[in-house]
Amino acid sequence: MTAVLEKIGLTRPQVAWRIAQEIDDGSYVNLGIGSPEMVANYVPADREIVFHSENGILGMGEAPAAGQEDGNLINAGKKPVTLLPGGSYFSHTDSFVMIRGGHIDICVLGAYQVAENGDLANWATLDTSKPPGVGGAMDLAVGAKQIFVMMDHCTKTGKPKLMQNCTYPLTGFGVVRTVFTDLAVIDVTEGGFVAREITAGISFEELQEKTAAPLTLAENWQTLTPPEL
Amino acid sequence: MSVNITIFKIYPIDQPGLASYSTPMIDKRVDNIAAALGDIQSGAVILSSGFGDAGAPVDLLEALINTGAENLTIVSNNAGEGNYGLAALIAAGKVSQIICSYPISAGSVVFQDRYQAGEVALEVVPQGTLSERMRAAGAGIGGFFTPTSAGTELGKSKENREINGVEHVLEYPLKGDVALIRATQADRWGNIVYDKSARNFGPVMAMAATLTIVQVDEIVELGELDPELIITPGIFVDRVFVHND
Repeated sequence: MTAVLEKIGLTRPQVAWRIAQEIDDGSYVNLGIGSPEMVANYVPADREIVFHSENGILGMGEAPAAGQEDGNLINAGKKPVTLLPGGSYFSHTDSFVMIRGGHIDICVLGAYQVAENGDLANWATLDTSKPPGVGGAMDLAVGAKQIFVMMDHCTKTGKPKLMQNCTYPLTGFGVVRTVFTDLAVIDVTEGGFVAREITAGISFEELQEKTAAPLTLAENWQTLTPPEL
Repeated sequence: MSVNITIFKIYPIDQPGLASYSTPMIDKRVDNIAAALGDIQSGAVILSSGFGDAGAPVDLLEALINTGAENLTIVSNNAGEGNYGLAALIAAGKVSQIICSYPISAGSVVFQDRYQAGEVALEVVPQGTLSERMRAAGAGIGGFFTPTSAGTELGKSKENREINGVEHVLEYPLKGDVALIRATQADRWGNIVYDKSARNFGPVMAMAATLTIVQVDEIVELGELDPELIITPGIFVDRVFVHND
């Protein structure tokens, strides 16, 4: 008899879908490199959202069809993208004026760790044998009006990533608004982590076990049941 | 004044600052890469445009290898990929220091090897701070306070000030001796336009260097570029030349 392994928790596309539901119509949004880029695929049809890329694009569209790639039209991850009608190009200086001057409504970033006071660690590991690289992470952390984090709830080896205090080098202090993981949607509040949604099949007790800081369950919490993606 | 726009002039490379003023006609065109780069000195601080490959002055960086200039400091967002452009310059042993935001792209193997061997020093600067430090140099600003990096490893050795209840660090201007820029079109006054997101660091580097050298696909006649759409005005540019990759 073969054991049936049930996948517990959301897939990355499902987390991206959940984040997209949280973005208001008319928002200017910066998506971090990697998984956060997927958020653009799930914007509800009735909303117009303008995506910003740190290398000088507003109105960034999806990846081009094969053969239509343009090496001069790339996103922050240096992958080919397109420009939507109404989009614009501008210099790096203007791009970071938008970021650092508080003109970006939401930035979705990946993270190694998030602390219960909203501290964000996403730019460097503890491995000092390799050169460090920060890119735009520190500018986004302090400049965007709201920081959403998209990450797995635990590391590949099962260690919690939601912490009382980050053990990795910090990118920004008290900047994270909401954390979207495969297991839950968790707001950062003055009283610490508050679970607002928990993925179907996960109990609050299990969620607490996988979180290295005290969790509060929101009064009006909901079960998160995403579409198949 | 009669204007002859068909003649390409080559100015004596030992007096680049005088070149534009030595005749009544402003003409920043030079013939080729060698004429553009010939007087770059060892120890120069070189601002190199581009975000990854988009807007990177690959040919200019490779041509630098044979100019005799060594011990160069390169300011760029990344540290080169593969074995071309900046990576080739590093591999040739011409670079002693890199100031950048993100040297750990997957293909930055040449830099990472030289860094770990202790042959190339590294200063990591947050991307927006990198851009703003160059803007400050170009604008004559003596320094600025920003919350970016305050309290982090990258901000720990910097002067701090609390402004409106938020910790800031003091950042100083970052000026280049030379800027090497890849763009699309120029005219003889050095007005420049770029292509899509390849614009990135070009405009700020052009204003932040003593000598700004721009490689373009095409030089058009004066007046042909729409003045409403010129991105880098010629006042920030010293030499332009056509070279298709």
